[in-house]
Amino acid sequence: MSGVRVLVGTRKGAFILTSDGKRKDWKIDGPHFAGWEIYHVKGSPADQNRIYASQTSDWFGQIVQRSDDGGKTWNTPGTSLDHIRGADGFPTGKSNDFRYDGVPGTHQWYDGTQHPWEFKRVWHFEPALDSPDHVYAGVEDAALFESTDGGASWRERSGLRKHDTGAKWQPGAGGMCLHSILLDPTNEKRIFVAISAAGAFRSDDGGETWKPINRGLHSQYIPDPNAEVGHCVHRIAMHPARPNTLFMQKHWDVMRSDNAGDSWREVSGNLPSDFGFPIDVHTHEPETIYVVPITSDSEHFPPDGKLRVYRSRTGGNDWEELTRGLPQRDCYVNVLRDAMCVDSLDSCGIYFGTTGGQIYASADNGDTWNAIVRDLPAVLSVEVQTLP
Amino acid sequence: MIRVVLPHHLRTLAKVDGEVQLELNGSATVQSLLDALESKYPSLRGTIRDRARQQRRPLVRFFACGEDISHEPLHAPLPDAIVNGAEPFFVIGAIAGG
Repeated sequence: MSGVRVLVGTRKGAFILTSDGKRKDWKIDGPHFAGWEIYHVKGSPADQNRIYASQTSDWFGQIVQRSDDGGKTWNTPGTSLDHIRGADGFPTGKSNDFRYDGVPGTHQWYDGTQHPWEFKRVWHFEPALDSPDHVYAGVEDAALFESTDGGASWRERSGLRKHDTGAKWQPGAGGMCLHSILLDPTNEKRIFVAISAAGAFRSDDGGETWKPINRGLHSQYIPDPNAEVGHCVHRIAMHPARPNTLFMQKHWDVMRSDNAGDSWREVSGNLPSDFGFPIDVHTHEPETIYVVPITSDSEHFPPDGKLRVYRSRTGGNDWEELTRGLPQRDCYVNVLRDAMCVDSLDSCGIYFGTTGGQIYASADNGDTWNAIVRDLPAVLSVEVQTLP
Repeated sequence: MIRVVLPHHLRTLAKVDGEVQLELNGSATVQSLLDALESKYPSLRGTIRDRARQQRRPLVRFFACGEDISHEPLHAPLPDAIVNGAEPFFVIGAIAGG
């Protein structure tokens, strides 16, 4: 029988939750990397046993962890004696060497002054479709890196950061992070990324050159509400069968594009609040999307203390609340941007994790929910692998 | 043989228990100690000194013979007691953040 493996990154370690296709009984494994912030854990679509994890701390910086056995064991790529050796005969250990290409320059800081570009952490891994050794990393301060040796070494795709708007990019409250990476499965040269708080960008040449794709976004709190860059895009999502249709959860507004980001229109519709972080698309229904509204940018918790996922089956505008099995009183948790995902079983499963440490799962497209586990550390990210 | 005591998380990362022992080639300085440590345990690269500037990370401190030597130049010679192994060199993570 098919199964699922849910990969959870939290403030104090990574957890791996596994179940069969029924998704009723779960085995909880972890914490891996106990005590470290695990910003993201994601498996390769090319090899289900290959998983990458971003392990980070303010004390000791960034570590890249890799598993080749589905999360049972982990290693830092390029650090064992079997790996790449430098002139001194020792492994080069470059898996956490995210060095900006050339002189990194400056970007705008919170107070409008210019601030040096400084690497802080990996926010998101996006394993490529062609090989388990091919993986992209979105980092803070915003940039895109690529590895073709399984994370043992990285090079910056600097055409993005060196875009002529780069000096105008500004961090959001959580830092200037490249948090979303979408790879077009029908066109290996097309990549979408999103940055808080610069906006969304697209490359049509494999990451060499980039263009902002923010036309139609309106952000009333920035000097020019319709600026080319400067919008705080929280998340973008795409169905692989419709790579030209993108969905966006912005700092206010849920948006949609049907021309690969060349233009956007608002589809917030009847949501109780159009502020939120995650957004995702049903695996089998490209027009069915999910968001988790929170009250506002001042109060990051669910409206009325009710944790509700909202689903639209029309690609936006018309939304229905999904509440069965979710707390409907005294609930003030949040769901962060990388903490929701979908599996590809016949009855699409949806998963999300909260800042309160709960992981909720639905095995029926969101109609009903159950908590897989309730008391993890604050959840930073949730991904799921569908196992044969 | 130089003895080094690592903080918990770096012992886990390096997959070691207890003290680490190093042999230094050439002059015995903090820099050469860290070079030897990172050569022997490549997973520690970037965790004590940041990658870009090769300077001590702000929330990491160095102690030797009961003294905080974090602000000494990295090329300053290590105390004799560290060099001859009588005392260990401590790498300590700041007690911060709750």
